[in-house]
Amino acid sequence: MRPVAVIGIGKTAFGAFADRDLRSLAVEAGEKCLADAGVSASKVEAFYLGNFAGPSFVGQNHLAPYIAGGLGIMGVPCTRFEAACASSGSAFFHAVSAVGAGLYDFVLVGGVEKMTSQPTPKVTEILAGAGDMAGEGRAGATFPALFAMIARRHMYQYGTTREQLAAVAVKNHANGAKNPLAHMRKVITLEQALAGKPIAEPLTVYDCSLISDGAAAVLIAPLERAREFTNQPVKVMGIAQTSDHVALDQKDDITTFRAVVEAGKKAYKMAGVSANEIQFAEVHDCFTIAEIIAGEDLGFVKKGEGGRYVEQGCTALNGPRPVNTSGGLKSKGHPVGATGVGQICDVAQQIRGEAGERQIARHDIGLAQNLGGSGATAVVTILGVA
Amino acid sequence: MAGMKGTIYTETVIHAAPEQFVKDAPYQLAIVTLDEGKRLTARIAGDRVAIGDQVVEAESRDRIPFFKKA
Repeated sequence: MRPVAVIGIGKTAFGAFADRDLRSLAVEAGEKCLADAGVSASKVEAFYLGNFAGPSFVGQNHLAPYIAGGLGIMGVPCTRFEAACASSGSAFFHAVSAVGAGLYDFVLVGGVEKMTSQPTPKVTEILAGAGDMAGEGRAGATFPALFAMIARRHMYQYGTTREQLAAVAVKNHANGAKNPLAHMRKVITLEQALAGKPIAEPLTVYDCSLISDGAAAVLIAPLERAREFTNQPVKVMGIAQTSDHVALDQKDDITTFRAVVEAGKKAYKMAGVSANEIQFAEVHDCFTIAEIIAGEDLGFVKKGEGGRYVEQGCTALNGPRPVNTSGGLKSKGHPVGATGVGQICDVAQQIRGEAGERQIARHDIGLAQNLGGSGATAVVTILGVA
Repeated sequence: MAGMKGTIYTETVIHAAPEQFVKDAPYQLAIVTLDEGKRLTARIAGDRVAIGDQVVEAESRDRIPFFKKA
């Protein structure tokens, strides 16, 4: 495979935008991305879009050409990818595969979700469709409930504490407060996080990511052509997408996401690096427990030590390996279909040294981990300076 | 299926329910490891249960299995 680079990034703010529709958000991100790369829409040879549930949230299908048309991208393959919360991570994986294989030189990858036009119980029901509706869904499982059951088991097996879960939320809110595009720019205390309204025990509202509207886009190209467009190409050093059972009750051990472990191993191998060499990461903290498990599954810490790792400040903005400098899904927001590509934008922004108040000192090599459902899809990407 | 026995592998109490179950909230949901080895997701009837508790199938409502403490 020939090396691939990210040559443009663009994001909307994430939040609850009553006056914005899905298409306008996706078009805004796409236009920002093309402007960032200095590439015109006529050069784009394919448009890959990640979107989880546009048809359910806003009643719109056939989304990829619908958005491409708004961007002036015509007459090329425009395809929507759906892999629950890893929809745009999956779109990015397939776009990198296509450019790497030599099919195209310029592929625009977008991600979008418009969630806030539905009331919360309806959103909860739509999100539950990322699980097994014939089993856990029929019994009344919600996504917070699935991750609550994961948290309970992790606490039981490894002694992970409520305070360690809350520490993830406190850290991510501290980071998100410094991110101008974040949904909830609010610092919270450990006491607040612990006293939050219960959603699915032991998780409170502060353990759950936000219901958000938003979009993100990246433009990828062969590395050998990247410098025609930017002085700061970001190299895709390694990438992998893997899968596992959709139903949580079919997994042998729910305290680990096997798909993440496998995707991580493949991505590390492709990049020729070890977990120790990853300087920072954006991980999929759809719930606080998911960030703790991500640290373990990606090899940043030993199994069972993910809670302590966060609690001790190892992943703070000024820690040895900052995690979710963007604020994560917890504070930045989680417009489901936009999250995977949004993470790529956030990692690329740090590598380019453009993260402003959140800029970290060591930013040559970073990782993005995007999770679909309760772990049935995982995408791990390693990005670095070219 | 009736009379299944098992052990609680994990559990939660759901406060924020999906639209169709809002009237039931809060309710307890669990993954049960059946004595035969398989796992299934079930609702809990009666007293709250914790990881490791022995449970038996109590009833099935709308094809949803309900378990209770053994």
